[in-house]
Amino acid sequence: MKLKIASFDFTCCEGCQLQFANSESTLTDFLELLDIRNFREILSEKHDDYDIAFIEGSISREDEVERLLKIRLQAKVLVAFGTCACFGGVNSLKNRFPLDETVREVYGAMAIETLPVRKISDLVKVDLSIPGCPVAKEEVERIIVSLATGSQVTLPKYPVCVECKQQLNTCLFDLGEICMGPITRAGCNAVCPTGKTACLGCRGPAEELNMPAFLELVRERKLSHSDLQEKLSFYNAFEPVATDET
Amino acid sequence: MKRDFSLDIRHLTRVEGHANIQITVRDGELVDARWAIVETPRFFEVMLKGMSAERVPFLTSRICGICSISHSLASIRAVERAMEIVPPVAAEKTRLLAMHGETLQSHALHLFFLVAPDFAGTSSVLPLMQSHPDLVRAGLQLKELGNEISTVTTGRCTHPVSLVVGGISKAPDKQRLFHLRTMIQESKPALEITCAFFRSLTIPDFSRETEFISLSNGSNYPAIGGQLVSTDGVKRDENDYLLMTNEYTRDFSTSKFTRLSRESSVAGALARFNNNAHLLHPKAKECAARFGLEPVCHNPFMNNIAQLVECVHILEDAERLINWLLDMELIDIKTAYRPKAGSATGAVEAPRGILYHHIETDDEGKVTKADCIIPTTQNNGNIHDDLRSLAAQAFKEEKSDEEITKLCEMVVRSYDPCVSCSVH
Repeated sequence: MKLKIASFDFTCCEGCQLQFANSESTLTDFLELLDIRNFREILSEKHDDYDIAFIEGSISREDEVERLLKIRLQAKVLVAFGTCACFGGVNSLKNRFPLDETVREVYGAMAIETLPVRKISDLVKVDLSIPGCPVAKEEVERIIVSLATGSQVTLPKYPVCVECKQQLNTCLFDLGEICMGPITRAGCNAVCPTGKTACLGCRGPAEELNMPAFLELVRERKLSHSDLQEKLSFYNAFEPVATDET
Repeated sequence: MKRDFSLDIRHLTRVEGHANIQITVRDGELVDARWAIVETPRFFEVMLKGMSAERVPFLTSRICGICSISHSLASIRAVERAMEIVPPVAAEKTRLLAMHGETLQSHALHLFFLVAPDFAGTSSVLPLMQSHPDLVRAGLQLKELGNEISTVTTGRCTHPVSLVVGGISKAPDKQRLFHLRTMIQESKPALEITCAFFRSLTIPDFSRETEFISLSNGSNYPAIGGQLVSTDGVKRDENDYLLMTNEYTRDFSTSKFTRLSRESSVAGALARFNNNAHLLHPKAKECAARFGLEPVCHNPFMNNIAQLVECVHILEDAERLINWLLDMELIDIKTAYRPKAGSATGAVEAPRGILYHHIETDDEGKVTKADCIIPTTQNNGNIHDDLRSLAAQAFKEEKSDEEITKLCEMVVRSYDPCVSCSVH
């Protein structure tokens, strides 16, 4: 039987739901598993009899809270889909500034409603989290197949470093850069360090995480603490850490 | 016939983001027609404050899931101009190729997933997989090609990895460039199938004279940087983007509006075509001629066709760029720089039109001020005014309520609005 799914977006760029339409060569087979009941971005019809709800984005307005609560009542499985839904994502960088100042800077005197950014689990129970900015389509396909066959859904527990080493990349720490690979959950195939840019931790903390060792690595190589803080806070996926220079 | 009509579409489907169409007619007279964007604002201009210049493109790319490469490159260009950094030629060519990939992917997504169902009378592309399998296969092939070009050039098709201030962090792999060239050749028949399908359609007959704004550089079809021009004869320097946009707010929309010489203006494929048609590849010119598309075309529905013409251009130009990259030793790909204080604008032609990022930095290269003006923001006024004219014309022609509703939805979709992007 096909999975009755729905996709909803909140405060976000819609890049994660776009991944549903990617991997074009396997798309037809992938869609065979799904009965799409509600997906505004690609479908004009709307039905409210879905079982699995994919939630993209974070929450930053009252109408979004109401919409999310309603979806929770209907969905048997609610999926936090992507980094914004799982952790708040880059949107959370807004929370560093007072709301009235934020609105004034962008809209001047116009009244605009906005709330501090929250992740989905701050408001409702989340049954499954798929992190990533954007989510990795291969992982989404694997999870959908698990849901369709009723098998257990798992994410890698180990860090991005493991995947990076498998690709024989030069370690970015050896090139003098702070990379979040040692503390971030794998599953992206180390796409950023493979492109020679630092992992910014979009998939959140790995389960086998050694934060003291990571901080020691940054300290012994005398790398910039402001750079470390910028990277740790980029997706709001890590707890702030005290460093020598804060 | 004096009749009442009320159209109230909440969260229009098959567009990116949340927006409403509202039209009210009483006794046969149009009372109100509006295009109201209700998307949640994210406040990127504030989020950017204090960020190191190096990190900026990784944040701005998150403005949009469809045109992340354009956002990344607009802010890279702003930072490089502000800090007087000149990227190596190989990086510039790779960036151009990346833009082509993104535009191809975006146009294919729009034409097949969002627009084609309107013409075929279906609610989505899904039923077309049965009724028009060759067409859908062609669409998927073109979209996949666009994504693959972006992946080879930037490391990932959504939210690029290797586009950095100073150049690119990693050169595209030559084996994969070879493969891309083959994929392009294999995709040309798919593009012909698509053109044949669109030629078989009746494009709604509607025109409203307006002003078209795009980049222009006089030598190539525009992509990254250049002069700001309009079909009303305006020409300005890239840094004078504020004079080109004159942004203002309206109380029913969380996305702003812009204007130049008239009450409203247009950015996008048709605007690029109207200002730069003579710079298209001969095959793209030929394609335009077969659709009867000539500058200056004022029919907004023809933006779909202009996108298709651009796809023809992209396939040819991407081949040229790949050949260039294959001939070069891709070693010098990034210019070293020291962050410093500066201020500049970076303008690029995103798939949906001209995109401006303005960035100011302090001595350490941290952002002190940022401003982003998105293509859809620049189209809001024109969509709004078109809805008014189109509804009035349809009434005069005594079209049914269903026909008017469909036409209004279609005209909005023809602009390919990127709503969440416009409320960044």
